[in-house]
Amino acid sequence: MTALPAPSAKKLGLVIDLDTCVGCQACVTACKGWNDQGYGAPLSDIDAYGSEPCGTFLNRVHSYEITPDEGAAQIINFPRSCLHCDNAPCVTVCPTGASYKRAEDGIVLVNEDACIGCGLCAWACPYGAREMDAAAGVMKKCTLCVDRIYNENLPEEDRQPACVRTCPTGARHFGDLGDPDSAVSRLVAERGGYDLMPDLGTRPTNKYLPPRPKDRGQSEAPLAALLDLKATGFAGWLDRLLEKF
Amino acid sequence: MHPAPSVILFTVLSGAGFGFLFMLDAGVLRPAGLGALVAFGLAYVLATCGLLASTFHLGNPQRALRAFSQWQTSWLSREGWASVAALGLSAPVALAAVGGGGPGMIGLIGALLCASTILCTAMIYAQLKTVPRWNHWTTPLSFFAYAATGGAILSGQRLLALACCVALGIVILLAFRLGDRQFGQRGSSLGAATGLGPQVRPFAPPHTSPNYVMREMIHQVGRKHARKLRVVALGLSAVLPALVLLVAPGGLIGSLLAFALHLSGAFAQRWLFFAEAEHVVSHYYGRPDEAGVAAGGPFP
Repeated sequence: MTALPAPSAKKLGLVIDLDTCVGCQACVTACKGWNDQGYGAPLSDIDAYGSEPCGTFLNRVHSYEITPDEGAAQIINFPRSCLHCDNAPCVTVCPTGASYKRAEDGIVLVNEDACIGCGLCAWACPYGAREMDAAAGVMKKCTLCVDRIYNENLPEEDRQPACVRTCPTGARHFGDLGDPDSAVSRLVAERGGYDLMPDLGTRPTNKYLPPRPKDRGQSEAPLAALLDLKATGFAGWLDRLLEKF
Repeated sequence: MHPAPSVILFTVLSGAGFGFLFMLDAGVLRPAGLGALVAFGLAYVLATCGLLASTFHLGNPQRALRAFSQWQTSWLSREGWASVAALGLSAPVALAAVGGGGPGMIGLIGALLCASTILCTAMIYAQLKTVPRWNHWTTPLSFFAYAATGGAILSGQRLLALACCVALGIVILLAFRLGDRQFGQRGSSLGAATGLGPQVRPFAPPHTSPNYVMREMIHQVGRKHARKLRVVALGLSAVLPALVLLVAPGGLIGSLLAFALHLSGAFAQRWLFFAEAEHVVSHYYGRPDEAGVAAGGPFP
């Protein structure tokens, strides 16, 4: 059913630390790798080795530049994927019931066997989190690696989304954001985690942690003094001599 | 938004078809015998061609029947039900008309269902908060105005058709004028989209060539001709059909000429409806009106 369930107590989701993300794209690659094997249609690539390669990805990492009032501009790497919204507009627009939000843990999923590939859910999502697979004709989206996190065949440390497991800087955190005492909820509270486009009323589960304010850079470059170096003594004489030729 | 031919054909043809069927069901035009067969036949052909066109862009059209299941939440599903119910209930009205009878009570219900179908079609677009230009009362209003004008012209009711043309002209202008303001007023911002505040600009894109999201929702081709196309849309949909109706002596030829003009205007207007609509996801990729794109930003 594409009616949204009552908000679940358990809200599984991600917390993404924009202070720590270095934009290495490892999460993008790990996501693509895991979701090519197993859950639903594989994420296809079209013209992968041609001049305009195009493929389905469930996670994209943008880079933005912010300019603080004081100090130098900073680059912020910004991973963008499904936020598993409480008030998910992509679910209610679906005509077939393929798009649904799980009542037990809040994960938003697509039942690919029921998806007609109309694309309306992708239009309804403000975050561009859904991509239609060009080969399979069904809508693909982040599953929060539902086939990993509950998978008892995997070692316990691997029972988290592929993007979180692979992140080399620990910029991605997975947990229950419905539990105020969970590690992710405490992180959000401590760091002032926020929602994307809160004005649209989607109530995302995933939160972003803002970049920490940076120390102010030195106003003068530390090596600037060396630029004015004057040679003295023998070196000075040599310098003047060589200047003449 | 990407102006896919399938959705343009769908909304224009089914709009005109259900508009005409509404007029026939409501008894605005009361053909009998062979005339009724032709009139109802035309309405059915237009509506069905439109509905069939809507399946062209589906990734898996063989599952289209599943789209009837979610009428409680989805406008697209409701549209399916309303269209089938309208077509089904209009059949006895058509049969009665061929036999020389009037539309009666069933005709009235059929007319209501035709109007509901048009409302549902419009709401598929008007419900989307992510596309502020569509998420506005002018969307259902203009879908209704188009359906009514197309239906009235085909009904051969000169006065009604003229009144509809005038109303349609006003609605088109209103939709253009109010629509232009929507994104600026309610279209969020890159600051809100990233939470990085007002002094943020795109630096590097996440991928090197356009993806599904960009092709589908950040369509920008042809906007440079938008102004001319608006004149074409207004002229062909409303102004020229009205002139033809005024000048032509009436009868079938005048009506068909006016309808042909009106329909081509409707295609132009519907192309603009999609091509000019902007989706909030465009913030992430850098909008032309936001700093960054000019300075070597994401995509040309």
